[in-house]
Amino acid sequence: MFKVVKKKILNSNVSMMEISAKMIADKARPGQFLMLRVDQEGERIPLTIADCNRKYGTVSIIFQIVGSTTTRLNRLNEGDHIKDLVGPLGKASELDGLKKVAVVGGGVGCAIAYPVAKYLHSSDVIVHSIIGFRNKNLVILQDEFEKISNRLIIMTDDGSFGDKGLVTDALENLISSGEKYDKVIAIGPLVMMKFVSRLTQKHNIKTTVSMNPIMIDGTGMCGGCRVMVGNEVKFACVDGPDFDGHLVDFDEAISRSMMYRDFERESREKTCNLFKRSQKECQI
Amino acid sequence: MPNMSLRKNKMPVQEPSLRSKNFDEVALGYTPEQAVDEAGRCLNCKNKPCVSMCPVSIDIPGFIAKIREKKFKEAYEIIRQNSSLPAVCGRVCPQEVQCESRCVRGIKGEPVAIGFLERFVADWCDENLKQVEKVVEKTGRKVAIVGSGPAGLSCAGDLAKRGHEVTIFEALHAPGGVLTYGIPEFRLPKKIVEKEMENLKKLGVEVKTNVVVGCSVTVDELFSQGFEAIFISSGAGLPRFMNIPGENLNGVYSANEFLTRINLMKAYKPDSQTPIKRVRRVAVVGGGNVAMDAARAAKRLGARDVYVIYRRSENEMPARKEEIQHAKEEGIIFKTLCQPTRIHGDSLNFVDKIICSRMQLKEPDESGRRRPVEKKGSEFEICVDCVIISIGTSPNPLIRRSTPDLEANSWGGLVVDPQTGLTSKKAVYAGGDVVTGAATVILAMGAGKNAARAIDKYLAELG
Repeated sequence: MFKVVKKKILNSNVSMMEISAKMIADKARPGQFLMLRVDQEGERIPLTIADCNRKYGTVSIIFQIVGSTTTRLNRLNEGDHIKDLVGPLGKASELDGLKKVAVVGGGVGCAIAYPVAKYLHSSDVIVHSIIGFRNKNLVILQDEFEKISNRLIIMTDDGSFGDKGLVTDALENLISSGEKYDKVIAIGPLVMMKFVSRLTQKHNIKTTVSMNPIMIDGTGMCGGCRVMVGNEVKFACVDGPDFDGHLVDFDEAISRSMMYRDFERESREKTCNLFKRSQKECQI
Repeated sequence: MPNMSLRKNKMPVQEPSLRSKNFDEVALGYTPEQAVDEAGRCLNCKNKPCVSMCPVSIDIPGFIAKIREKKFKEAYEIIRQNSSLPAVCGRVCPQEVQCESRCVRGIKGEPVAIGFLERFVADWCDENLKQVEKVVEKTGRKVAIVGSGPAGLSCAGDLAKRGHEVTIFEALHAPGGVLTYGIPEFRLPKKIVEKEMENLKKLGVEVKTNVVVGCSVTVDELFSQGFEAIFISSGAGLPRFMNIPGENLNGVYSANEFLTRINLMKAYKPDSQTPIKRVRRVAVVGGGNVAMDAARAAKRLGARDVYVIYRRSENEMPARKEEIQHAKEEGIIFKTLCQPTRIHGDSLNFVDKIICSRMQLKEPDESGRRRPVEKKGSEFEICVDCVIISIGTSPNPLIRRSTPDLEANSWGGLVVDPQTGLTSKKAVYAGGDVVTGAATVILAMGAGKNAARAIDKYLAELG
């Protein structure tokens, strides 16, 4: 059992939890993930490690409430326990030897982009962060990004906060204004990563994306997390989750991510009913 | 006077029409009367040809003689001297190619049902006896075991019996390895695995779940934590795919994924949170035991048509004859001498058919099995909404990657001394699928046993 030591609501459907897990905290590096199971009948889900505190032996996760499991997870409060937690899994992001990097985060993906940007900043790399959200209410980690970015651009789809438009618009502006990056790191929805990669390919800038496919075990056994990268089968759990954005077959990854969409919705509704809450309170 | 019946006592089973709709165990086990009658068929040969084929050298005529005398507890004790998991082996060992293949009674008629008798003894003792493990003097030596599958459990059991302090590190949330995530409930009930785990714990073995050696902790770190020897039994690893078009369509599973969802995550139970696609027409590609398990599990999930597609003929199928027969009785359709060439999807990228070519067998290849060659222009399609690929695995890279001085061969298996299981690294031993590639439960147990003997010797020499 793993104790939740801190919980923070970041927006209406994104929460942060700090969990006591010394073994994982001792080892975790940016880009790695963990698998968790909320309770005895729970499914195993992968979540990227958003931060870790070696001194107190804790790791942080930031998650969006999308299905039954994240709904159940979000019902836990400080002092409650998570049944199973295992990690750190996957390869750490390759962040050494860089001088100037654009970090692009979209939605809850900003939670994964943040530790990467933070690590780069602490290694004296110039960091330009571009973070995008659908609207003002969904903005997360603004203060955190401000502290570690040499330049921060916030985009919203509807212009209710920051600049109106997509993260690719902001990236394109920076590149065309003469900014030269060794690397672009894009983390967010598959569609966002696809278009960032397409843009950077045009400008010939190395690009890393973080894939978050469906996983069961997360340890290199089930093969559910396979991603086509440069026409080769790669497993996100042991070969990734970071891959070269110019080689990933995003269209296939997007289609694979739809596999359980109906199940997810139904199961979430069931969970909401179980807890006798209206759909609205459940904040779907 | 021995029982000279040419036929063995039939194993009572659940009716096919009934069992293909539930996940309960198929075989129901012998009654004591059946067991005693079957034991009477053993001729108690002097040279014991059966024992020579047992990977853990159980005194087979010895335990069978005790069954004949109705001394079931003594029979159990004889088996336990060599096997730490009799209830498991009695169910999943391929006896027909091991002990039973050399049984003299098999020359004319059927061999003695050694596997059924082993299972009977284990189950009878489990139900009727309270097991007390002998207290052994502690040596104070610490051994770490990576993975709680058959190799790890057998190594752990033997080391604990010799007084060593054993800790098993398991990557998943539940112990048992392939016994838990791979072999379905209807062939190996999980309560049997749990029981075996309890027996190990009584011996003092500690099991730490949710630890991935190679990620959460490395082999070298285990040494610095005070472990003096390490046994790596991390299993087979990542599934192989065919590299044909359409393999990443929605509805295409590896057998590992499909079975893990069902066995480990209990996706077939209504209260499980793990989803599984409810399928009607399923194609399982492959001819091993795992393919049979996947096909029979799909049937139990409610699939109407389940096909097993295999590129050679039934004679070459690596699956146990018993499993093939059970599958057929349950209505699984065998498409042998067929090789998938591509998988087709609908407009939403869900599988809608699999396209296969017919094959013919030519001269034997390096595996000794006849080589299948495609018949030109023989393509045909089968409408399916799910494809399960069950063509083997390749070793998990996590431990190799984090332990650079561990030698591996060209396909990624760890290189070990075949007698002791010692790897290229001092005090690190390995066995099971991580060494051999996908093999059987009993071979893995044999490897665990050999390594335990070598580790015990190594620890004794440390002084």
